[in-house]
Amino acid sequence: MELPLAFNDQLFIQLTVNGVTLGSLYALIALGYTMVYGILKLLNFAHGDVYMIGAFIGYGVLSGLGGPLSPDLALAPLILLMFLAAMLGSGLLGVAIERFAYRPLRDAPRLAPLITALGVSFFLQNSVLLLFGAQFRTYNSFVLGSPTPELFEPGPLIDPVFKIRGVNIQLIQLMVLLVTVALCVVLTLFVARTRVGKAMRATAYDREGAMMMGIDVDRVIASTFFISSVLAGAAGVMFGLLFSQVFHFMGFLAGLKGFTAAVVGGIGSIPGAMLGGLLVGLTEAYASGYLGGRWGDLTVFGVLILVLLVRPSGLLGSKAIQKV
Amino acid sequence: MDAPDQQPRVGVDDWVAQHEDRVDQRTGFAALRRRLGRYVPPPVQLALFTLLAATLPFWMDRGDLFAYGIFTLMYILLGLGLNVVVGYAGLLDLGYVAFFGIGAYSYALLSSDHYGIHWPALATIPLVMVGTALVGLLLGLTSRRLLGDYLAIVTLFFGQAFVVFVNAVNPIVHGQGLTGGPNGVADIDPLRFFGYELTTRRQQYLFLLGAVVVVLTALHFLSESRTGRAWRALREDPLAAGAMSIPVHRLKLMAFAIGSAIAGLAGCIFASVLTAVSPGNFGLPILITIYAIVILGGIGSLTGVVLGAIVINVSFQFLAPENPQSNARVLFYGVLVLLLLLTVRPRWVGAALVAAVLAFGIVTQAIVEALAPSWTGGSIVQGGRLGGVIDDWAVIPSGHGNFGNVAYVALVVAVIVVTRLHGWWQTAALVPTVYLAAIVWETSFVEQPAVARWILFGALLIGLMTVRPQGLLGTPRVEIV
Repeated sequence: MELPLAFNDQLFIQLTVNGVTLGSLYALIALGYTMVYGILKLLNFAHGDVYMIGAFIGYGVLSGLGGPLSPDLALAPLILLMFLAAMLGSGLLGVAIERFAYRPLRDAPRLAPLITALGVSFFLQNSVLLLFGAQFRTYNSFVLGSPTPELFEPGPLIDPVFKIRGVNIQLIQLMVLLVTVALCVVLTLFVARTRVGKAMRATAYDREGAMMMGIDVDRVIASTFFISSVLAGAAGVMFGLLFSQVFHFMGFLAGLKGFTAAVVGGIGSIPGAMLGGLLVGLTEAYASGYLGGRWGDLTVFGVLILVLLVRPSGLLGSKAIQKV
Repeated sequence: MDAPDQQPRVGVDDWVAQHEDRVDQRTGFAALRRRLGRYVPPPVQLALFTLLAATLPFWMDRGDLFAYGIFTLMYILLGLGLNVVVGYAGLLDLGYVAFFGIGAYSYALLSSDHYGIHWPALATIPLVMVGTALVGLLLGLTSRRLLGDYLAIVTLFFGQAFVVFVNAVNPIVHGQGLTGGPNGVADIDPLRFFGYELTTRRQQYLFLLGAVVVVLTALHFLSESRTGRAWRALREDPLAAGAMSIPVHRLKLMAFAIGSAIAGLAGCIFASVLTAVSPGNFGLPILITIYAIVILGGIGSLTGVVLGAIVINVSFQFLAPENPQSNARVLFYGVLVLLLLLTVRPRWVGAALVAAVLAFGIVTQAIVEALAPSWTGGSIVQGGRLGGVIDDWAVIPSGHGNFGNVAYVALVVAVIVVTRLHGWWQTAALVPTVYLAAIVWETSFVEQPAVARWILFGALLIGLMTVRPQGLLGTPRVEIV
């Protein structure tokens, strides 16, 4: 008798590769949720939309520089510029959102900032819908950088870099993974070694205490928002390059998944977010590969609910001990 | 440090204890509202509301009754259910709309051609309500272990999982997809009691009104009961409530079950009135709408929910794409002027602001007209009553494709700047901002009213939370510091 799902190592490797790339995106988004939650105990529902705006900024730079078919720049500086613009733009947007929407509510009841976050998310999403319309915008990463795009000759981004047992690893997939790892390393070092990182940890531990020690808490919170939004912006451009299209609604589902990753890993914990991102990406890839695409999202949500019920504080989260 | 008149310090125990007395001594609009609430007892309020609402079918045509009457009542019902969970018990349930969906889909499957089952409403509605209450109970079980934000997360995912299940998973049962996928279930029976079918809009409206009145009455008694007080204690401080031997977990489950049952009821009526259900009806936008209703009215207040639903649904329908834009325009400028007049203190400054904005517009329009005529060459969409005046007042360019988008971004920046300014600078900056808002309305919102209403919704939620987190009729929290 044959098993219904004969183990096919090529498919498995392909799904693993997909899962790791997807997981890298989720990890970057999850880091933003986790950092903001760690410092403000706020679920920043608007984070997914900051990511979406990052993707649109990348698209804006791309089309501003001649569009994907005839870019004015060589591929490497073009992509670098897209990343920089998206990261900076998203970062500033994150700071503005914090300053404008969340800061007035810092001492309000818990419900108020949550509702505000929903409002900001809705506002951003529909603003983009108003400005850009509902159609998909394409990065055209298939032909991006190709010498003859009009012949639909694939560009270098999807060139195979190396093979594992017959499975091609494309340049873009490798790039997403490397950029994510680099960003994670920088972030970890930043939080562990710099003065601002120290101040962040202190503020997350005890905001009032940090204030009394002379830490400018407002500035620390603003820089937390800046960093988390920078990561989201980078993830947005990566999504555009990886899947070639961006649209106003992309932030919702990606935000939800990134959020799942943050929660599964233990919200408030930075290594937890990275682990959670990988886990969610792999779960989604395997579930859609082996069970069919429609099961991907549902399996991710199911895993989240299971993890939360068994370990309410996530895999790497610390148990909250409340003082009465 | 003893003050001569023994005034307690703000925030200490005595001050909190005397809070009610101080509120009684207030004057002005707030006090008027308070006395109205005291001298017009809730039964009279309810009777007045019912009487007014019952006259609606006699002077509205079918379409208006559907858009304004039936939808408002539907939102009231949904808001009432959410109010039990969020308002009374303080549990942040972001999966609430899934219960609405479960109710609607259950009704659809039990009374349509989808599986050929045609049960009468008297059997379906109670069954569906019990069913949704049980699902609510199950979801509520997670609240035993998960507190605050984590509960919000799990419920959010529950809501999302429902949409994915209905839309994409759509398991095959008895030879066809259970939920019909993206197309949903169509041709649902109208409500049927003893062989008598509610088919006309008027009958449906009156039935819905009856349901709302029953639920309102039941919830009023519930909120005044021991259980209601226990819920409020739980909402304010679960730990203290537990220490006072209030059965915290049981009350949470109860709130979930009752809220879900009401959502299930709303779902049944929704499915029968629309005669079709599809996954799009149960997504995030509707959840946000229900939250906006409950929050706008004031969390925990029944009158607030009714008021919130009326305000939100009426403005919503005004902004519906099929509605003539001139109606929405009247509403927009009306609200703008009212906001300036009511919120800017002292009052004369508000009035002066309105005048200043008018003058600013006339001058700006004249200058632009003189310098670059093409920038004022555009004409407004669907003039209506206000149209001609506005055409001469607002700068509406023709043939400058991106002007609307630029103006919109400029408006967002301007609003942020205004909130950062203080004193007279702020008042002065308001003038061009309001004018800019009018231009954005005329050049980009009017063309996409469906998008504009969601943007305004988001802005409303943000603004309301910043200015008045307790909502219009809610009471602010008094805390011991």
